[in-house]
Amino acid sequence: MSKSTVPFAGTQEQKVELQNYIQEHGSEPGALLPTLQKAQDIYGYLPIEVQEMVALGLNIPLSEVYGVATFYAQFSLSARGKYKISVCLGTACYVKGAGEILERVMDELGIGYGECTPDGKFSIEECRCLGACGLAPVMTINSEVYGRLTPDMIPDILAKY
Amino acid sequence: MADMIKLTINSIPVEVPQGSTILDASVKAGIRIPTLCFLKEVNEIGACRMCLVEVKGARGLMAACVAPVSEGMEVCTNSEKLREYRKMTLELILSNHRAECTTCSRSTNCELQTLAVEYSVDDKYFSPSGLEPDIDDSAIHLIRDNSKCILCRRCVSVCRKDQHVGVIGAISRGFNTHIGSAFDMPLSSTSCINCGQCVQVCPTAALTVRDDTDKVWAALADETKHVVVAPAPSVRVQLGECFGMPMGTNVEGKLAASLRRMGFDGIFDVDTAADMTIVEEGTELLNRLKEGGALPLITSCSPGWVKFCEHYYPEFLPNVSSCKSPQQMFGALTKTYYADKMGLDPKDIFVVSVMPCTAKKFERTRDDQSASGYPDIDVAITTPELANMIKRSGIVFEELPDETFDPIFGIASGAGHIFGATGGVMEAALRTVAEIVTGKPLEKLEFHEVRGTEAIKEAEFDLAGTKVRVAVVSGLENATKLLNSVKEGKAHYDFVEVMACPGGCVNGGGQPNVPGYIQNTKDVKAIRASALYGEDAKMGLRKSHENPVIKEIYETYLGEPGGHKAHDILHTKYVARKIYEDR
Repeated sequence: MSKSTVPFAGTQEQKVELQNYIQEHGSEPGALLPTLQKAQDIYGYLPIEVQEMVALGLNIPLSEVYGVATFYAQFSLSARGKYKISVCLGTACYVKGAGEILERVMDELGIGYGECTPDGKFSIEECRCLGACGLAPVMTINSEVYGRLTPDMIPDILAKY
Repeated sequence: MADMIKLTINSIPVEVPQGSTILDASVKAGIRIPTLCFLKEVNEIGACRMCLVEVKGARGLMAACVAPVSEGMEVCTNSEKLREYRKMTLELILSNHRAECTTCSRSTNCELQTLAVEYSVDDKYFSPSGLEPDIDDSAIHLIRDNSKCILCRRCVSVCRKDQHVGVIGAISRGFNTHIGSAFDMPLSSTSCINCGQCVQVCPTAALTVRDDTDKVWAALADETKHVVVAPAPSVRVQLGECFGMPMGTNVEGKLAASLRRMGFDGIFDVDTAADMTIVEEGTELLNRLKEGGALPLITSCSPGWVKFCEHYYPEFLPNVSSCKSPQQMFGALTKTYYADKMGLDPKDIFVVSVMPCTAKKFERTRDDQSASGYPDIDVAITTPELANMIKRSGIVFEELPDETFDPIFGIASGAGHIFGATGGVMEAALRTVAEIVTGKPLEKLEFHEVRGTEAIKEAEFDLAGTKVRVAVVSGLENATKLLNSVKEGKAHYDFVEVMACPGGCVNGGGQPNVPGYIQNTKDVKAIRASALYGEDAKMGLRKSHENPVIKEIYETYLGEPGGHKAHDILHTKYVARKIYEDR
């Protein structure tokens, strides 16, 4: 699980929203999971700064918060970019060379999957089957779909953003 | 009384209270079910699957450590099927364990190895491959190697539940699961208090005490160094365990003899410094009672507790006694008083302490712990580290004659002895304070109210019209409860003893490892502590302030207890620390 490469930029408003949630629900049994979900709703991801707020708010050790945050795939420890690149690694795309597409995207941006560029512009995720196997290999950038990709097409596509 | 449940284990009828587990019942039936993750009242999660048993009529196998008994239950713990299952479980665990048993420091004292041998396990069955050491050696007191971790989570539980620290946890999921600190930061960057309880409960060598014996060997070989050594109170009732002696055997005489044969120049006793601590701390208590000052006064002997207070309860730091711990007083006096008396330059003196404690390795590096201008203590080793040195020296420990410590700093009272058990410091202090206040010898020296291993012990004493309310806690979860009730104004005390480790130093993080099976079936703390109290009861000298060594040090060197010089040499300061770094 990679850590955030983007400096934390939480606002006072976000902090108050999280604290209000903890105030209201923090004493319920099993409060950690919904609190982390709320925190991710508010901040988009769960950097150490946010996990510490949760730990302090619920009066539990940070190690416990981190354990849960890294257990569930729904939580992201890294900021997601303005443009979320999602490369399909489903069977059809993979057979058609999606691995090379993912490598090229990572090379071009200088980050790994699950990470975000330091300027907060792009983040890379992998996904399993977008249901567009006929266009394999496929990737999406936010809701835009790009199909029948070759590695050489990647720089031009990224340049559009 | 709880309702009793009747059941059979391997056809043996047993009766146990309702709510007991199958494992509890098996102990009563005299049957041992193998366990790895289970630690009574600490880690009861049924994760390792070693304790699976067959229950007649049940759908599947049950984990004996968590399955409750029911009336008429017929349990089988030792069928062909179970033996095969357990063997397979061990083979699966070993497939992800970097076994290097020939050189591993826990070899012959490893719970996984013991079971693997018992079950004739084929450790190559799943051909483990690609396992590299996965080490965090950032901490001053221990080393974690996750390539030997079996994910039993005992360390996680003891850190959270007993110690209220919780700096480690299980991270990630599936095959990537590992134990570590939040955000995988090095242990040294967390609010770890160095208590070493995690090392005590680790069934393998995933957590080991940092070995500092090389520094001691080097000093012993250095002819320019005057090397002195002193063991802490509880070391003498534990060291024997490393040589196969029964738990609770007092080996003080053989301990002194072995240190002399290893070539130390001064064979001293931290118990003597413990007596000094009592005189200083007793004086501090009386001053605070008389002249006002932060009350309750809280003891400062346990460096795990001190660091816990600095991180988690900095508002109580004014309450913590400014007295250095006995280890540090011993080092400070060795490099000042003893150096003076012997005409030695403190820079040429090398002071080794033998401790039941891993936090002592940290304590010696604290600021303001160098009375002579040189560190009070040069190396702090644990009981098993010393045992290893004795073995390597070719000393046949069991056959040694009983000798005594060097009298110049080796005479101690029974009060100094009992420091090693929870309540011991309190009792020692009460013996001294009571006599100072009343001006009369005590009729009865035993303060039974503060003995025993209960979580929180409270008592009130009338000392010549002065009421003194005291409390004793061990284990930091218990300390947390006590501090919170003081904070909320629900409890009022004048004097509080806190020991970081549950049961006190006899159960310290630097003591010999005790297999889970024994921890689960015997009261290890009480057995070890009883040896200390037994020793005290036999002694003529049982009050710290009557120790002739202490009297002489005050008369010829320090002046008054709590005086200016005593303060310079024997007292220290604390710092508030954060739980999380500033961001």
